[in-house]
Amino acid sequence: MKILVCISSVPDTTAKIGFTDNDTAFDSNGVTYIIGPYDDYALARAVELKEQSGGTVTVLNVGTASSDPQIRKALAIGADDAIRVNAEPTDSYFVAEQIAHIAKDAGYDLIMMGRETTDYNSGVVHGIVGELLGIPSLSPVMELTIDGDKANISREIEGGKEKIEATLPLVLGCQEPIAEWKIASMRGIMSARKKPLNVVEPVGETLTSISSYSLPPAKGACKMIPAEEAEKLIELLRTEAKVI
Amino acid sequence: MSILVFAELADGVVKKTSLEAVYYGAKVAEMLGGTNTVIAIGNASETELAKLGNYGATKVLHAGDSKLESANIMAYSEVLTAAAKSTGATVIITAKSSLADAVTARTAGALKAGVVGNVTELPKLDNGFSVTRSIFTGKAFAETTINTDIKVLALKKNAITPVTSDSAAPVEAFQADVNDTAFGAKITETLKATGTVPLPEADLVVSGGRGMKGPENWQPLLDLAEALGATTACSKPVSDLDWRPHHEHVGQTGVKVSPNLYIACGISGAIQHLAGVNSSKVIVVINTDPEAPFFKAADYGIVGDVFDVLPKLTAAVKAG
Repeated sequence: MKILVCISSVPDTTAKIGFTDNDTAFDSNGVTYIIGPYDDYALARAVELKEQSGGTVTVLNVGTASSDPQIRKALAIGADDAIRVNAEPTDSYFVAEQIAHIAKDAGYDLIMMGRETTDYNSGVVHGIVGELLGIPSLSPVMELTIDGDKANISREIEGGKEKIEATLPLVLGCQEPIAEWKIASMRGIMSARKKPLNVVEPVGETLTSISSYSLPPAKGACKMIPAEEAEKLIELLRTEAKVI
Repeated sequence: MSILVFAELADGVVKKTSLEAVYYGAKVAEMLGGTNTVIAIGNASETELAKLGNYGATKVLHAGDSKLESANIMAYSEVLTAAAKSTGATVIITAKSSLADAVTARTAGALKAGVVGNVTELPKLDNGFSVTRSIFTGKAFAETTINTDIKVLALKKNAITPVTSDSAAPVEAFQADVNDTAFGAKITETLKATGTVPLPEADLVVSGGRGMKGPENWQPLLDLAEALGATTACSKPVSDLDWRPHHEHVGQTGVKVSPNLYIACGISGAIQHLAGVNSSKVIVVINTDPEAPFFKAADYGIVGDVFDVLPKLTAAVKAG
């Protein structure tokens, strides 16, 4: 089993979001970066599959050198080697094009990543990769087992899930509960330092561009209702908020 | 200028979020001066599809081949791509969903089209073609310009409120040659809760957290949801503990919702949970802890025990 896991480097989910340079750039001052939470699930399941059936797990990141700590963490969790495409991940199509370029002719059985990143939330990279490579893409995948070249998958749908049988190779956008997040052991952290991290230059182009950022308007004060008069809430929702 | 909207079907009925997309498409067609064609894939009656004219469709293409009854991502994206080529569409619009997101992605890949998800407003045309989209799970917005001839937009729920008319749309059969390999990934079983509006489409949501103290205590919350006609949801710890099914988990790594009303019962309001609900029009928080951070994001709050408060609310709704 040869698996490629694509990880993003994103602000911690508790990070305060702000912008700089006249609202044209993300303000990363004081922000901690992490492996994309959905990507973490993909990585954990890939490492489990390798432990069960053998094979290799390669980590791929499209990012600048600032992503290297997240790549090393993925290596510490159990990936064998890593590739970093040396470019800002500015656009979904651009990121997908890098992944497809790396994966083309490399013979990966599975290309796994999170269902979306938690910064730009587009959730389309896996599908574009599948289309560019001419292989099936499925997302959001919440269960995955492999038997030979067959995959059994559960995909989340609104209000439930659907079970799918497919033949490898596949591109998968993953989410919980596909696996439990893995924590790097001290041995893993030490060995990660020696694992190869190959840096390659990007190909392709960006199809969209962001001109400015903004924050939602500040919330007004919360109107408090005494618990003993709770039924007044329903009246307010009917007459004031007009939502029921 | 031709606009193409993907109308997603559920049990032969066009989904509410797709109706919003059809209306959005009509507005974009007005702005650009063009037609607003809709493609529906799967099983639906001509009467149901003709109603899309009420929402501004100028024509409906129906790909009703029996092979397309099952919502296959690869096959659906091939049909959408073929319809885009056939109509010469320059703007393709979808409504976010588990299926549509995956179909949108492959279609954008096939057409090498700039794609923007979570679109919240009509486009701006003063300097090219740009749209506002929600990013950081609703914590911010980005004004994004699409630089390709074909533009693909995935619309966030409640981004636009349709105004309907009596117009019916002509319905035409649409035949697309779908590669057999598209059916290599086969849906073998669908397990779906019935009787409630799926969470991402719900206008009213009643949600519970650890303050509900256990799965056996959910009945008061279910009673309120039933009285309101609301869909139920939960926080991540609750789904992690298997008190409620995973598809009810709302938050940054769960389902993102944009209902008109979100009632949070016994949820303190961790930043990751807020990120999944902050697009709600009105937020109500019920919690025993007056310092719960969720109150800062709420429109209405009650400091109290959910087991005392919920039955009062249910009675008030029923007394209506």
